[in-house]
Amino acid sequence: MRIQILSFGIAKDIIGGSTTEIEIPDDQNTVGHLKSKIIDQYPRFEDLRSLKIAVNNEYAQDEQSISAEDEIVIIPPVSGG
Amino acid sequence: MIKIVEQPINTEEVIDLVKSDAAGAIDVFIGTVRNKTKDNRVTRLEFEAYDKMAISEMEKIAERAKSQWPVEKMAIYHRKGILGIGEIAVVIAVSTPHRKASFEACQFAIDTLKETVPIWKKEVFENGEVWVAAHP
Repeated sequence: MRIQILSFGIAKDIIGGSTTEIEIPDDQNTVGHLKSKIIDQYPRFEDLRSLKIAVNNEYAQDEQSISAEDEIVIIPPVSGG
Repeated sequence: MIKIVEQPINTEEVIDLVKSDAAGAIDVFIGTVRNKTKDNRVTRLEFEAYDKMAISEMEKIAERAKSQWPVEKMAIYHRKGILGIGEIAVVIAVSTPHRKASFEACQFAIDTLKETVPIWKKEVFENGEVWVAAHP
């Protein structure tokens, strides 16, 4: 399944835009698998202090499952304030 | 009470939001743009936000503060876009019956905001730029 992903901050620089699509096998539809795919395709994510995924506006755990309808966002280390 | 804004923040407006007859204290944190990081002269900051989630995470902070301290009201305004030196990036105001709780709740709010709220800041120097805290 193809997953549409939004990105902000340094993630936008690494991906080269604010959206991208990642293909994951239907039987590996978890946040953890998605993260691995993202790092495979964009190895610079491995250099970051952290890499989190938000699903529908909430921080997601690696074991959480995702579908193509979810709003999925890469959350690189935050630095507000 | 919780907002992401693109125009300069009026601190007085944020303070007014938390005024309460039951409060004996209002504590205010104002985060401003510093002119240097280590020895590098900063020319401006650029803030980006994932607005929807940033608002919901800031609401969670206010809820958690209310569960831990006797908070009357809490307001958080965060700015995004391009900010010059000395401009205000964030204002947090909190009212409580007594002062100790207002200091503690306000510190909790800004410390947690920096850890959980999806807002990103790029420091632009005279000779380069960096996304703050992105790398170890």
